[in-house]
Amino acid sequence: MLHIVVCVKQVPDSREIRIDPKTNTLIRQGVPAIVNYFDLNGLEEALSLKDRFGARVTVVSMGPPSADKALKQCVSMGADEGVLVSDRAFAGADTLATSYVIALTVQKVEEVWGPVDMVFCGKQTLDGDTGQVGPGVACRLDLEQLTYVEKIEQLDEKRREIVVHRHLEDGIERVKAKLPVLMTAVAELNKPRRASLPGVLRAAEYKPIVWTTNDFANLDRAQIGLKGSPTIVGKTWVPEQKKIDTQMIGLDKGIESAATDLIGQLFSTELPAKLGWA
Amino acid sequence: MAEQTAKERTRSKPAVGLQPTGEVDWSNYRGVMVVVEQRDGVAKKVSWQLLGESRRLADKLDAPLLALVIGHDVEQLAKEAIAYGADRVYVSDSPELKDYRTRPYSRVCLHVIREFKPEIVLMGATYTGRDLAGAIATHLPTGLTADSTQLDVNEERLLMASRPAFSEKLLATILCKQFKPQMATVRAGVFEALPWDDSRTGEIVRVAPQMSADEIVTEVLEFVAEKSRVNLEDAEVIVAGGRGVGGPAGFQLLDELAKVLGGEVGASRVAVELGWIEHEHQVGQTGFTVRPKLYIAAGISGAVQHTVGMQNSDYIIAINKDPEAPIFKFANYGIVGDLFQVVPALTKAFKERVGKRQETPAGDRTPLHVM
Ligand SMILES: Cc1cc2nc3c(=O)[nH]c(=O)nc-3n(C[C@H](O)[C@H](O)[C@H](O)COP(=O)(O)OP(=O)(O)OC[C@H]3O[C@@H](n4cnc5c(N)ncnc54)[C@H](O)[C@@H]3O)c2cc1C
Ligand SMILES: Cc1cc2nc3c(=O)[nH]c(=O)nc-3n(C[C@H](O)[C@H](O)[C@H](O)COP(=O)(O)OP(=O)(O)OC[C@H]3O[C@@H](n4cnc5c(N)ncnc54)[C@H](O)[C@@H]3O)c2cc1C
Repeated sequence: MLHIVVCVKQVPDSREIRIDPKTNTLIRQGVPAIVNYFDLNGLEEALSLKDRFGARVTVVSMGPPSADKALKQCVSMGADEGVLVSDRAFAGADTLATSYVIALTVQKVEEVWGPVDMVFCGKQTLDGDTGQVGPGVACRLDLEQLTYVEKIEQLDEKRREIVVHRHLEDGIERVKAKLPVLMTAVAELNKPRRASLPGVLRAAEYKPIVWTTNDFANLDRAQIGLKGSPTIVGKTWVPEQKKIDTQMIGLDKGIESAATDLIGQLFSTELPAKLGWA
Repeated sequence: MAEQTAKERTRSKPAVGLQPTGEVDWSNYRGVMVVVEQRDGVAKKVSWQLLGESRRLADKLDAPLLALVIGHDVEQLAKEAIAYGADRVYVSDSPELKDYRTRPYSRVCLHVIREFKPEIVLMGATYTGRDLAGAIATHLPTGLTADSTQLDVNEERLLMASRPAFSEKLLATILCKQFKPQMATVRAGVFEALPWDDSRTGEIVRVAPQMSADEIVTEVLEFVAEKSRVNLEDAEVIVAGGRGVGGPAGFQLLDELAKVLGGEVGASRVAVELGWIEHEHQVGQTGFTVRPKLYIAAGISGAVQHTVGMQNSDYIIAINKDPEAPIFKFANYGIVGDLFQVVPALTKAFKERVGKRQETPAGDRTPLHVM
């Protein structure tokens, strides 16, 4: 049976984040926490492989205790097990420290439930938005890295071969790789299912497994959390708008005259020369 | 079955925690390196844009500007990189490097970084750039800033890479003090390439591929280019429409103006989501970042997710019936009025002034595909 790990991150719904105009800081209060969109695409793909081939689907998340909600949601959709990796010492991680902990977690999942054939990540998150954790985990676990997957064309369990379509800016790339692989999911991959009734009932009772720093035998504390993060956030600021003297063109003399007026003004700038109009 | 697959596995014992190899003295790391992205021997524009900005950083650091070109039959790209500002170009040219694949490409990068020790390594925040940068930074290991839109260096030779956060509502400057090289991916369309200058001279250093063909398991079977009908990133003039355009018919009006100006049609996300026009026309955070010489925004309110994608245009004209629309704050010229009257009037007036010669022959210009 296939063993698939899906990495999910609980994120603030960034569409709901506002800036306090007085303090120029983020207003996080009342912002709903959701499962990162693309992670649900990863989960959906894992579940549909489970439907077709039979698979064990383990969902892992690093985050605060409240992230157990994200895992319960995944269980309600059909995941077999949810593991929350949670410890104050993990907090403040950048992508390097995050991929370290996720890689350790996948290794521990392998120890508990057997070898993993596929790991799914989202293409990026709504908050950190780096898309770096997937490649980081693949690198640390020496998995073939298939980013931006929009379709699994073929999976040959016997030959352990997979053919996927990668969604790039300028086209679609068909790639063949050998399992085990790490894939990052884009929205085009599928449409995540709704929770089933039995799923909801199971999730209501379900307690995600929680692993802390003590659960990892060979964890290097220098590589986790804020301390293990080479990137440092310097200043943050609200982007200032370029000060532009906007010339308003009035319509009082009619539209046609306004159009001629505007073009006349444009022709007094260097624009016509730049565009070869002159 | 699980045990069986485990036995079949050739994967080496994963290294999970990767420590920097011995080095703690980074003082011999010098130079700014840009990894050039290419397909079929044609460089992605962002690579040259990055060389342009990196030239400034390198000069400030009094350090060389380096480029790394990986691919097959890519010699001419090394020369192009020099013409665009590089002092030295590392080239790894080999048949097995024809298509981008993470492992062989990252091995070459790691080799060049460890051997030649640049203090800063930059690449485009494209899909390929992020795929590659994420792997390299983990291997080294070092810090990696994603999708930067501003770059600078300070007196301590630290890279200050700033990136928009939380749907562009904030900007954050990110530094990496602990390790070298300092790495960042950089958004396309934010910086300007230097003017091409083929009188510039530079050094070309050849680098062997670091994996043999039979070591590479992943196979690119095929690449199907999506014939992009629009080329917003290169357009000198963009006439863009939003919800105010009202539907596909409104976009035809914009297309007529774009035709007269030899430009392309752009759109806000709302217009795309309403199905009036295809996504490849979308400008903004989740669309293209553009910097044409002239950007005309009609029926677009000017949400930050839109303006981040167009605010660096040389000249901006806004047409909106709401005098309070935020788009006017970005515009050099504003007309408060109904676009259905203003746009045709502009088309007519431009036609008279700019003349028919501006109009590109129908065959050369991609027709607008409204939906
Ligand atoms: C505004 C902002 C800017 C940041 N900029 C940077 C930066 O430039 N460089 C940097 O190194 N760090 C940066 N960080 C820190 C970074 O967000 C954290 O390291 C975070 O833990 C993971 O990165 P991400 O959210 O970008 O994930 P991504 O790399 O975008 O996530 C890709 C996928 O990895 C998986 N994944 C990510 N995090 C977890 C998790 N905690 N648990 C389970 N699966 C997960 C998910 O499947 C996800 O879809 C930034 C954070 C913020 C808030
Ligand atoms: C995560 C995220 C990413 C996003 N990415 C993008 C992106 O990449 N690009 C993008 O554009 N948006 C993006 N958005 C959406 C963005 O926030 C705005 O919703 C969107 O830009 C608004 O589009 P609009 O200006 O066309 O519509 P509206 O805001 O509805 O504005 C329509 C304007 O048309 C004017 N108008 C109406 N009729 C006429 C008329 N007859 N003549 C003249 N003016 C008229 C109105 O006065 C109004 O100002 C994103 C949002 C989120 C949350």
